[in-house]
Amino acid sequence: MKRTVWFGVSLVVIFLIAGLLLPKWLLFLCTMAAANGVVSLGIVLLMRGGVVSFGQGLVFAAGGYAAALLSNKLGVTDALLLTAAGGAAAVLMTAPFAVLLARYRGIFFAMLTLALSMVLYGVLVKMDALGGSDGFTMSRPTLLGMKIADAWSGYVLYSIAVVATGLLSIGARIYFDSSRGLVSLAIRENELRVEYLGASVTRVMAANFLLAAFLGGAGGALAIMALGHIEPNFSYWTTSGEFVFVAILAGHTGVLGAFAASFVLELVRSFSSSYFPNTWQMALGIFLLIVIRFFPRGLGSLIKK
Amino acid sequence: MSPVLSAKSLSKHFDGVVAAEAVTIAVAAGERVGLIGSNGAGKTTFVNLITGYLKPDAGAIELDGRDVTALGPREIERLGVARSFQIPQLCAEMNVLDNILVAAACGGEALSFWQPAHTAQTRERALALLERFALGAHAERRVAELPGGIRKLLDIAMSLTRRPRLLLLDEPTSGVSVEEKFPMMETVMAAIAGETHSEGTAVLFVEHDMEIVTRYASRVVAFYSGRVLADGAPATVLADADVRRHVTGGQI
Ligand SMILES: Nc1ncnc2c1ncn2[C@@H]1O[C@H](COP(=O)(O)OP(=O)(O)O)[C@@H](O)[C@H]1O
Ligand SMILES: [Mg+2]
Repeated sequence: MKRTVWFGVSLVVIFLIAGLLLPKWLLFLCTMAAANGVVSLGIVLLMRGGVVSFGQGLVFAAGGYAAALLSNKLGVTDALLLTAAGGAAAVLMTAPFAVLLARYRGIFFAMLTLALSMVLYGVLVKMDALGGSDGFTMSRPTLLGMKIADAWSGYVLYSIAVVATGLLSIGARIYFDSSRGLVSLAIRENELRVEYLGASVTRVMAANFLLAAFLGGAGGALAIMALGHIEPNFSYWTTSGEFVFVAILAGHTGVLGAFAASFVLELVRSFSSSYFPNTWQMALGIFLLIVIRFFPRGLGSLIKK
Repeated sequence: MSPVLSAKSLSKHFDGVVAAEAVTIAVAAGERVGLIGSNGAGKTTFVNLITGYLKPDAGAIELDGRDVTALGPREIERLGVARSFQIPQLCAEMNVLDNILVAAACGGEALSFWQPAHTAQTRERALALLERFALGAHAERRVAELPGGIRKLLDIAMSLTRRPRLLLLDEPTSGVSVEEKFPMMETVMAAIAGETHSEGTAVLFVEHDMEIVTRYASRVVAFYSGRVLADGAPATVLADADVRRHVTGGQI
């Protein structure tokens, strides 16, 4: 555990220093890769228990809207507080469904989560108070009571994303290595045996679902702070699909894979959308097929701990 | 003293198939009970009923005098009942040690979100258990790569992590060659004795080999189409005319 913390903190420091050298466009790209990566990390967490959510857009949007509303309506502007609030809001929103969903597996779990996210999408589009399908903008957050200067905004938002995702990743790694984390992996393989050994599969799965929701909500808050604008698309199925894409690319073996894969996706997105705007998803699809063929356990399996 | 297990006229039918009919069996602490019966006689069904996986159509199950008929496998395990499986139920992609750690974690108080599954202490305890089963050398091997006999032993070792008061072994030596059966049973029984409760773990084991039954059981229960045909000392039961006709087929 100590090693995990030291390793995580060192990586955060390295990224904070590296950020000083990065051009503006790359800083933004990394910020989005971190924000989206933490949502996919939630799916990785679910995958370790044997399920995949096709509706993480739900928690992504819940966290994003919560952060934006807290900032606009209640004047809560601290970036780290908003990140935590985004996570908490997503947990609150999904808690009523956790036990129900914990009983489903495979395609049923995937479709139910997808359905929930599309319900939220439908509601958001119809809600004029939240800007309907156009969404609304959010002003730049503050950090520890300080305003963020224009010239530094890119770097500061990047740093916030790096620190927040760093903390969440350390937490995720500790969880993966915990006894509960190990039992999650066992559930993926043999639920019957786990029940027979005296642990509640439903409770583990429900807790995993809520942990993933927290990660998704925090990711949503980080994303909206970087983008400054939120819209119902956060909860649309294509957004959820990208999170799944990244999670499968990453594989369920580790934490860093989710961020590496998320970075790859942002890179491909940013280049392909300028060169072949209509076919870039196809490029992603082909890339995913190659990964599944040659690295069935994900790109993350290349990163040895 | 009330028996550890008391099954009272348990019945279970599957679409007209009688898997259990008025099965009444009481087991005291420390007893070694051999369950015999031809295929389809209802031995596994009995184990499934006792462990709460199947609900009886009629009858009651008591553990230490407490009615547990309505409880599921998890609650029953928590009351000190463990089982192994005719077909080993393992996590095939994990290594042997992790399977034991899973078993130990599942049986613990509450699953921790942060306490590492692998600590010097948990590993030491898991390895000690594996040693009792002569599985120490396989600790780091992936389960999927291991031969059936080893998996069988691991399956039983997992059921012992919590020192159960009642242990149900469903055909512990099936799928193992004849020469290996005795050493295997020897290992299992020694391991159980090593992990045992002060008053003695009660063991029920399903077995087809009558030599093993006579050697390791202090009592034998014979099943025939869901019914208890005979129940008593091994010599008496195995000499019973009905048992010879329906179960052992003149063996011994
Ligand atoms: N889940 C089930 N569904 C339907 N029939 C079953 C089920 N489990 C057992 N049976 C039937 O009950 C009878 C007893 O089976 P079982 O207890 O597995 O026998 P044994 O373990 O003694 O070989 C068999 O005829 C079997 O086909
Ligand atoms: Mg059987």
